[in-house]
Amino acid sequence: MSAETVGIVSYGAYVPRYRITPEEIGRVWGSDGAAMGRGLGVHRKSVPAPDEDTITISTEALRIALRRARIDPQDLGAIYVGSESHPYAVKPTATVVAEAVGATPYLTAADFEFACKAGTAAIQTCMGLVASRMIRYGVAIGADTSQGAPGDALEYSASAGGAALVIGRERLIAEINATQSFTTDTPDFWRREGQRYPSHSGRFTGEPAFFRHVGECGRRLMEKVGTTPKDYQHVVFHQPNGKFPQRIGRALGFREDQMRWGLVTPYIGNTYSGAALIGLANVLDHAKPGDRILVVGYGSGAGSDAFDLTVTEEIGRFDRTLGTPVQEFLDNGAPISYAIYAKFRGKIRLGGEAA
Amino acid sequence: MRDVAILGVGQTRFGELWDRSFREIGIEAGLGALQEAHLTSRDLSALYLGNMASGAFIDQEHIAPLILDYAGLAGHHIPAIRVEAGSASGAMALHQAYLAVASGLHDFVVVGGAEKMTDVPDTLAQAITSATADQEWETVFGATLPALWALMARRHMQDHGTRREDLARLSVLAHAHASKNPLAQFRNPISVEAVLESTPVAEPLGVLDCAPASDGAAAVVLGPLEGARRYTDVPIRIAASEVACDTMALQHRKDITTLEATVVARQKALKRSRREISEIPLVEVHDAYSISGLMALEDLGFYPKGRAAAALRDGEGAIGSRLTVNSSGGLKAQGQPFGAVGIAQVVEVVRQLRGQAAERQVSKATVGMTHNVGGTGATAVVHVLERAN
Repeated sequence: MSAETVGIVSYGAYVPRYRITPEEIGRVWGSDGAAMGRGLGVHRKSVPAPDEDTITISTEALRIALRRARIDPQDLGAIYVGSESHPYAVKPTATVVAEAVGATPYLTAADFEFACKAGTAAIQTCMGLVASRMIRYGVAIGADTSQGAPGDALEYSASAGGAALVIGRERLIAEINATQSFTTDTPDFWRREGQRYPSHSGRFTGEPAFFRHVGECGRRLMEKVGTTPKDYQHVVFHQPNGKFPQRIGRALGFREDQMRWGLVTPYIGNTYSGAALIGLANVLDHAKPGDRILVVGYGSGAGSDAFDLTVTEEIGRFDRTLGTPVQEFLDNGAPISYAIYAKFRGKIRLGGEAA
Repeated sequence: MRDVAILGVGQTRFGELWDRSFREIGIEAGLGALQEAHLTSRDLSALYLGNMASGAFIDQEHIAPLILDYAGLAGHHIPAIRVEAGSASGAMALHQAYLAVASGLHDFVVVGGAEKMTDVPDTLAQAITSATADQEWETVFGATLPALWALMARRHMQDHGTRREDLARLSVLAHAHASKNPLAQFRNPISVEAVLESTPVAEPLGVLDCAPASDGAAAVVLGPLEGARRYTDVPIRIAASEVACDTMALQHRKDITTLEATVVARQKALKRSRREISEIPLVEVHDAYSISGLMALEDLGFYPKGRAAAALRDGEGAIGSRLTVNSSGGLKAQGQPFGAVGIAQVVEVVRQLRGQAAERQVSKATVGMTHNVGGTGATAVVHVLERAN
């Protein structure tokens, strides 16, 4: 690929601490929540506190990343935040994050949107800027505080969380060997301007959308670099639920143990733009020098971005203990009732609000 | 009235055909049937098309000339007629076409059934299909088709001791047969336990008690029986094509464990075909729900009321048993494109009678029956088909 080797210099992930179970959601709607959870492969999902949004999640994740590699925020040349739940329709998330971490003013910043793969698109943009030496470090963030309409199937999985990757040329903990995208006009999931909740076309989100794009993109990347599934120690897919990534993984020829660390949705829900990146963060938490990683993101509308990575010796010198490991987010969390969830997510109409 | 024969059949795969349009599948089925009959478009004198709700599903009405046009036949200026009778639209279209050929008005006609249901969200599909029940007395209060069939199931359980497992057996049978049908939507065998544990839709019916909403099309070509051997080696005679109707709302019926429309259509069909029910070894029944399949076997007279469950428990219904039920996989497993199912049932029986049903062939069958229901039983259409001597 590029003449210049680029890769991941550092990473950080953040997931809000509150959790709600499918059983609790089903209890309120008179549905079999347990069966719903089993069907989706989701044990619980994260819920952001009322003072958390895509900006705070992005900031938390980036702070961890900067701390781990001891990067001076003034060396960041670009911050891109990929999300489908930017707090403002007009006014960027990325500028607030840049200000919060002390990276302003001599950098470029922008918000990305491509459903759940805006974060992986940001990685590719950073790769270009870094490889061309326009910037020293670029930050790609995928974060969301997604919502499903009350009672809709999405409500059982849509959650909150995000991860930040610092892309650079030096002190790489993982080299990006190659990237590949696969993009079509496939309307499986959307939210129009002004709509509060997204719409989805039911089972159409499966075969012609997620499975086709992730499968084709992953296969094409492996063809391009001449690898097969057995060349990888780890694989990470976009994970709208616990089942889709396992199914596509098996279809591509991966084993359960290769998917082990990359699969986080069963414990925190679908963090949308954060999902594949939090999965990658968890893999990096456990990876050893020489490990090869395949990452395939997916965004509705639709497209996939795939990355082939090799973990370097540098990861041995990298202090992963500075910042919460992903496993803690997966294991812990404060359970809440649907009532608290409804309050936190703004589903209760308060006095003084416009109708 | 002259005898009418089926000269050719055609059918698309049933399922979620997201990459194919309504007109495309309609044409595939129709041209397939014409080719089998060695007829060209010039030989046709009319086209009939059974369809329930294309306007609601794909924003397209006036679909009979649409299919005619895109099949390249617009220049012949023959009549193209859409027929609607809810989920019995397909068989009702066949009935109309049969009358036209039997009367001598038309010689060769193609009769299709088609529906494209999966381009709308599931909730909308539910609302559109439930509009085949009584809007003022039923659906306005929230009743859906599965809810209404569930009421019938509950009453059947109470009056006749039917159990959930008895209903489940219909779905198990359907999937077993569909596994041998390359055009079927669901070819995976399932167990009674899987049906019992499936997500509740309207108790006692779970999702595996219910046929899907599908895309698909089927077609047959009709012509006079006399001279039919010029077009096909094995003409299939339509020995009876009978329709009966009933009240729209369940509350206006004396007994909701039986469909009077089915009973009357069956009586007329047997009389017209000069057959006893015991002579029929092969039937395609309207199993939109497991309970509707069970009730059909009783209302068609194969078993006394309340006795079909015991027969199925003893293994009847399977290919090779005394009575083969839904060798195609039925609506449950072959798929349920509403307007197409009545024609697809006929396609299956024709293939069986010709000995072309491959892995699912019923041996030595010379006569078969089809049963197509609209809504919750306000319309029933029964056909008796036989190998012409």
